[in-house]
Amino acid sequence: MIIEFLELFVNAGFWAATVRIACPLLLATLGELICERAGVLNLGIEGIMTAGAMVGWTAVYLGADLSLGIIFAALIGAIFGLIHAGFTVHLGASQHVTGIGITLLAASISYFAFRLILPTSTTPPKIKAFEPIEILYLSDIPFLGPIFFQQTFFTYLAFLAVPIVIWFLNRSPFGLAVKMAGENPMALEAQGINVLRIRTIAVMIGSALMAVGGAYLTMSAFNAFYFGMINGRGWIAVALVIFAAWKPERAILGALLFAGLDAYQVRAQQLAGAVIPYQFFLMLPYVLSIAAMVFAAKSTRYPKALLIPFRRGERH
Amino acid sequence: MRLEVRETYSPALSIIAPFGAIIFSLLCAFVLLFIAGAPPIESFFYLIKGAFGSPNALAETGARATPLILTGLAAGIAFRAKFWNIGAEGQLYAGALAATFFGTGLIHLPQFLMIPFLFLVGGLAGALVILPLVILRQLYKVDEVVTTLLMNFVILLFVSYLLEGPMKDPMSLGWPQGSPVIDNGVLPQILERTRLHLGFLIAIVVAICLWVLLSRTAFGFRIKSVGHNPSATYHAGIPLFKTVLVVACLSGALAGFAGITETTGLKGYLTLDLSPGFGYTGIAVAMLAALNPIGIIFSALFLAMIYVGADSMSRAVNVPTYLADVVVAITVLSVLVSLILINYKIQIGKLKF
Amino acid sequence: MHSLLEVESISKSFGDLTANNDISFSVSEGEIVAVLGENGAGKTTLMNIIFGHYLPDSGSIKFKGEKIPVGNTRAAINLGIGMVHQHFTLAENLSVLENIAIGNQSLLGFSIDFKQIEHKITKISGEFGLAVDPRAIISDLSIGEKQRVEIIKTLFGDCELVILDEPTASLTPQEVDQLFLIIRSMVKVGLGVIIISHKLDEILRISDRIIVLRNGKLTGSMDKANFDKSILAEMIVGKKTERPEKNKGKKTEKLMELIGLNISSNVGSPMGLSDINFELFGGEIHGIAGVSGNGQRTFAEVMAGHIRPDSGDLLINGKRIKKITPRAFMDEGVAYIPEDRTSDGVVGELSILDNGVLTETKNPKIANRFGFLNKKSSIKFVGEICEENDVRFQSLSQPTRLLSGGNIQKLLIGRWLKRNPEIIIACQPTRGLDEGAIVSVQKLLLEERDKGKAVLFITEDLDELLLVSDVISIMFDGKLMGPYNYDKLEKREIGLMMTGSGIL
Repeated sequence: MIIEFLELFVNAGFWAATVRIACPLLLATLGELICERAGVLNLGIEGIMTAGAMVGWTAVYLGADLSLGIIFAALIGAIFGLIHAGFTVHLGASQHVTGIGITLLAASISYFAFRLILPTSTTPPKIKAFEPIEILYLSDIPFLGPIFFQQTFFTYLAFLAVPIVIWFLNRSPFGLAVKMAGENPMALEAQGINVLRIRTIAVMIGSALMAVGGAYLTMSAFNAFYFGMINGRGWIAVALVIFAAWKPERAILGALLFAGLDAYQVRAQQLAGAVIPYQFFLMLPYVLSIAAMVFAAKSTRYPKALLIPFRRGERH
Repeated sequence: MRLEVRETYSPALSIIAPFGAIIFSLLCAFVLLFIAGAPPIESFFYLIKGAFGSPNALAETGARATPLILTGLAAGIAFRAKFWNIGAEGQLYAGALAATFFGTGLIHLPQFLMIPFLFLVGGLAGALVILPLVILRQLYKVDEVVTTLLMNFVILLFVSYLLEGPMKDPMSLGWPQGSPVIDNGVLPQILERTRLHLGFLIAIVVAICLWVLLSRTAFGFRIKSVGHNPSATYHAGIPLFKTVLVVACLSGALAGFAGITETTGLKGYLTLDLSPGFGYTGIAVAMLAALNPIGIIFSALFLAMIYVGADSMSRAVNVPTYLADVVVAITVLSVLVSLILINYKIQIGKLKF
Repeated sequence: MHSLLEVESISKSFGDLTANNDISFSVSEGEIVAVLGENGAGKTTLMNIIFGHYLPDSGSIKFKGEKIPVGNTRAAINLGIGMVHQHFTLAENLSVLENIAIGNQSLLGFSIDFKQIEHKITKISGEFGLAVDPRAIISDLSIGEKQRVEIIKTLFGDCELVILDEPTASLTPQEVDQLFLIIRSMVKVGLGVIIISHKLDEILRISDRIIVLRNGKLTGSMDKANFDKSILAEMIVGKKTERPEKNKGKKTEKLMELIGLNISSNVGSPMGLSDINFELFGGEIHGIAGVSGNGQRTFAEVMAGHIRPDSGDLLINGKRIKKITPRAFMDEGVAYIPEDRTSDGVVGELSILDNGVLTETKNPKIANRFGFLNKKSSIKFVGEICEENDVRFQSLSQPTRLLSGGNIQKLLIGRWLKRNPEIIIACQPTRGLDEGAIVSVQKLLLEERDKGKAVLFITEDLDELLLVSDVISIMFDGKLMGPYNYDKLEKREIGLMMTGSGIL
């Protein structure tokens, strides 16, 4: 029995699934990470992912190109990001309550719009989504080939996002400004840089990434839009940011870990289904997220200005 | 755009502001109806009729408001102490689970004891769910928003397991649902042949008790102070850990009560769709009432009206029922803006608000 | 010498408060101009206007003969104006390199050339004697090093005028000497320097010209040749306000004692406390001197029951205290007036009435045994506090944040005194207050002493310390030196001990 459970790990299908499942989590985590590095907690993530999933799917369903679908998803994410930033950055409203409000808004509007477009369908129609691309020669490598080189374009894109975000935060001037806005906004203000603008743009970029993460689900995984399909992935991403200590290179680790768990539980369920009810396997990611937050709670690397609104020219 | 602190406090503004928020969200609904191709004014007429048009409609609105008052109070008391409990949904199910566990035959008591007993265990169950999370928050600064949210999923899966396994009603013909609550535990109807039950009155009494607690007692005063400035409160000799712990448990218990009213009053048994997001809507209820328990009764009735009315409106003019959820979400956000307007003047260019 | 900066009739007010009233002055190349004045005289506001943080209500600023746009920090920097803020504007989790790079980049660039920036930092470091490791993380640096980073950051943009806002506030005398060498090397290459301070002695050492602000007005200006300490002092404070009479307190019995107390550095202040032995007597004001950040706050918090010591004993009235909570200490007769009155003292959003009874939720007069509040007696209670301590307000139900600093402090102290405490711990109780409020706070403490109470008085201001205290101890690096009788100590000796040197 134990052997059977261990055998799952040497199965290329398991690892390939891990890579796939990691993608939406990875994109969402990177998105949340950028927002938080700029000092803004974005709890709109769950709803923004829903909106991205819906818009990406609908665009393709209505005849748009797949890559155009991704762009539309990113756009809708950026729009909700702008609303979130308007409330939290410019008006200084509670980031917690605003985020929950954005989640409620983005999710309900998505469902509303989806029902408008498809009023009666009971089984959601599927779109022709991204197909796996086999990368020449590399895909033939035994074991590693199917894991890394027989994935969809969207999957490659998601993993490509990691080095881009790392470069963005560590090398680019704008990324540095984002980090400053989250550490000590006065440092930017003293250099004559508009903190509110930097934070707004960062939240928009981050939200666009989240929405693209949502779109992955409808455009490269399930190929259809369901109600409640985000299923807490956004909240897990918030926990993953803490787990990753606000570092993009560690986000990939967390996303893969959680995805691996998810892929494993599906397979382990089939082996142990009779003994352990499947609900307990499904609980694992949520329980583990809470555990990860406790584990990382003592970390002092959090952005020092997280949750603190900045007001220009305020007297102290 | 600039914010400027208002040097004077205007009571009139704080009363007008939430109404402005309501009007704004209804205007948004208007636009959405227009986009959906429905005649807006006629639709509104159907909405009002659906919520108030007949005794039955009124009763339905009251029945829908019942869990919303309780989850609204749960969010309200927690938010006052700046404890962001977003887990009312899960705590509601925990309460419902307690009702199913104790109320379907395990314990038999006369009605006048059985009902309070079920509320007691339901409240305890709700509090129990939140207890580890509040301890983690106070001791290790683990963000409670995310943990309470994640807990919702855990509890729902747990309920799903119980309803498919140990707690499944053998008479349910294969549907995952709990056994019916025994007759002595069922909340009696207060209007014949409607779904309005005693839970509605209980929720109102609970709200009034909570209002007295928050506005008239030293404990309520401490909660308010902790919420505004924990550090100064601590310096004044008020224990933070204990205060927040009690607030969180009370909040969990109130959400647990909502689980009791839904299982023992409305449905009679536990199912996985017992709550269509009452826990989340409770946040909107509390925000709209500016966290005031008496206000929460009215804002719960208002949002119940939107939901019940939207149901019949969507049937009449063929608009997705999700419109109600959109209105609720916009209400949360516009109340936020109105609260800022009470404390700050907003200046955009030359315009001042 | 060419004129660099000309400020012409700048005025600025915040609500009812006039922070700057028709101020004009100028700075030339290679000149060090000092702006002197008390707290709240309007110095920082004036600098923030020059640097573009604030928009002036009226007036204009010329730089090298040309009018500069007001309220635009970016424009000021581009023209060559740099400012070192009193509260460092550095991101703690980032490196020196990153902190300096941000101001000198187009934000839309592709990649930052850190090599080139590091090279230039090394060059500036060498030129002005500003030793710092460009790759170090800010949080690992000392206060002096952080200040050097700030100065490099300012010089990096090739500025011609450097504004230093209270640069010596938290430096040790040795670090001050070092800083002055750096400033001299800056003017040698032709830069203009404005230095803001409220410390007269230091200013006399470094500056070429002094201008003095009082209550937002320019009260005088003096060249190096004519420097006269007593005239300047009068310009700063104006007509002398009556300070409380100094008379010695009557020492009574020992009220509090700390024996061999230790606190590790990860609780409270980064300093921790080591081997503290301390006695506090009734009828005495015991002053604690020290540069802020040497453990004074932790010391006060231990004595108020906020922090549990790792080892050692704490006795109140000869009784060993086991339960370490603020409430337990309050019940033993301890009152703690914290350093930061708006974040630790009062709840700004709540009314004056609420703040007045915040400590009294267990007082049977305010809350009955069922926990219900008695509004009538609360109003009477808070009304008395305000009357006895001269707290001026419009209505008891107005939010406390709308009160002035002095009135907030009087409300806070009054609330504590109403509990009739035996031991009063006051941290920097007069900081940031206007002259009148300072005097009334000092009087309140002296009155309590004369009633036989024990007062612990922590301050950075040596003049105030000597004026108020009966005995003095000095805190440095988490250790306590003393006690010394105030009349046996010279200011200079205390200053030496505050830096860890010259232990008597």
